[in-house]
Amino acid sequence: MEEIRGKSILGRVAVGKLFYYKKPKRQVRRVGDADPETELRRYEEAVQAAENELLGLYEKACREVGEVNAAVFEVHRMMLADEDYQDSVVNIIKGQRVNAEYAVAVTGDNFQKLFASMEDEYFKARAADVKDVSDRLHRLLSGQEESRGLSEPAILMAKDLVPSETVQLDKRLLLGFVTEQGSLNSHTAILARTMNIPALVGVPVREEWDGHTAAIDGETGTLYVDPDPKTLAFLKEKQACAEEKRRLLLALKDKEDVTLDGKRIKLYGNIGSVADVASVLQYNAAGIGLFRSEFLYLEKDTYPSEEEQFAVYKQVAEMMAGREVIIRTLDIGADKQAAYFELDHEENPALGYRAIRICLTRPEIFKTQLRAIYRASAFGTISVMFPMIASLWEVKRAKELAAEVRNELESHGIPFGRVALGIMIETPAAAVISDRLAKEVDFFSIGTNDLIQYTLAVDRQNERLEEFYDSHHEAVLRLIEHVVRSGHAAGCSVGICGELGADTALTERFLRMGVDELSVSPAFLLEVREKIRGTDLRE
Amino acid sequence: MKEFRYTITDKIGIHARPAGELAKLSKEFQSEVKIRAGKKEAEARRLMAVMALGIRNGQEIVVTAEGPDEAEASERLEEFFRKNL
Repeated sequence: MEEIRGKSILGRVAVGKLFYYKKPKRQVRRVGDADPETELRRYEEAVQAAENELLGLYEKACREVGEVNAAVFEVHRMMLADEDYQDSVVNIIKGQRVNAEYAVAVTGDNFQKLFASMEDEYFKARAADVKDVSDRLHRLLSGQEESRGLSEPAILMAKDLVPSETVQLDKRLLLGFVTEQGSLNSHTAILARTMNIPALVGVPVREEWDGHTAAIDGETGTLYVDPDPKTLAFLKEKQACAEEKRRLLLALKDKEDVTLDGKRIKLYGNIGSVADVASVLQYNAAGIGLFRSEFLYLEKDTYPSEEEQFAVYKQVAEMMAGREVIIRTLDIGADKQAAYFELDHEENPALGYRAIRICLTRPEIFKTQLRAIYRASAFGTISVMFPMIASLWEVKRAKELAAEVRNELESHGIPFGRVALGIMIETPAAAVISDRLAKEVDFFSIGTNDLIQYTLAVDRQNERLEEFYDSHHEAVLRLIEHVVRSGHAAGCSVGICGELGADTALTERFLRMGVDELSVSPAFLLEVREKIRGTDLRE
Repeated sequence: MKEFRYTITDKIGIHARPAGELAKLSKEFQSEVKIRAGKKEAEARRLMAVMALGIRNGQEIVVTAEGPDEAEASERLEEFFRKNL
């Protein structure tokens, strides 16, 4: 047995085989402006080829493992022929003029979510079949070889994982992950928390461990390779206890977010793509407190058009059916880069040309996004917030641009709803002058990740600084309290949408400060709900 | 319109395989065949939609057929349910 210490991202236990990950297996590229006829033909050919493969597999399996066990391939063939599935692919190809690979991937994702969110274990597990069918189609379309991905549940180890890789990992087979690089506050770590997967960083991984049994103890930050029976039994017991707790938490799924003394708190979810809406709805969050619009920009080779953005915002607004959706406008720059923006290399990207600074100097990009948001606001309750505000004039200028967009829409007779305007409070400057800023906007949302980094002057991407990144630092908490007070004095509602919002050690303190809204990763909704429901503000 | 009620006896419920066969069978008729479970409803020819109803053992469903061959459809479907589910 080998015992290696790392830094834990999530306090859970995982036991399973290690899988050494070398390079991303399958990337779905979205190609815009594709010819629908060509793509539909490619799709039909892929369906035909997939059907032939499945027939072959069925016959082979019948011979080798018997008809009963081979039936799964029959089911896959039926899923392949499902009208809803086919209609969805065809609609996406025609409607969005995209490549067949992308249409298949999106459709597969949607159907997977549908099954994954079902209560019954049997139906839940059907998500895997949908994925299998979609992967097969995707492989046939893109002409890729069958690659060595996770084929069974495993703990993944890698030198490093970039956020896009973490997202693309097959979550259902991923028991946990262990990486050599990466810090506790990196985006990869944030994603691991979002996905609720135990993960260790800072572990020197070795390729020869591939295939060995291992266990992660997220509480102590230890990786055990080839654990002895005693250790294994101990960890499995720990895991079972945690599962039991999770089950109890699930009972809170449809409960209200009210404190013991009857104060209603807005518990919202953070989302980074349309797919995340499913879990927000599953845990019955009252709204979306942070819709990171960057993914629209990051997954593309060029600026997303107004129509593309509109379609996405509208879809989310409709899915949320009247519950508030707060869209954060473009927050690109620093660690989130898209080549086509042609941003210069910077010495200090965190202090550089990013977010609202890009929006105000390149208003054409900003106004395209605002137009899409306003148009979508006719289909639900949409609010908008501007990131990285430091000065009053920035807010005024952003509001002017928003007013221009409204006037333009009005003069063209295009409908839009009432959109509340807010700002992120994530620079110490904004926190300090929040009394002035409050007079300009409807709400504040405190972005704690950057607020901590800027207040403490600690780069959150730098692993060597972790002991200095004190998220409970009194300076940060005092700033937050000040923001709540000055916001309320001017009639602004105040929420927290950073990682700290999900920190249940602080929930009570935030509620006592008077925070109106907490927006957290969907994975943390139930824990925070439990905390809110157990808090009594009279005491 | 023809309709009948049926209580599922299969130990999983309407699982993938019978749902697939049900879809195939439903496509043989011109009538529109629907399955209702509680407040939710799906067209029987749509496999994923039927599975998404998550119908379990012991649950009562209502099957309706509407169209020119509704009588035959209803009869054949009832037979199918009794035999397979």
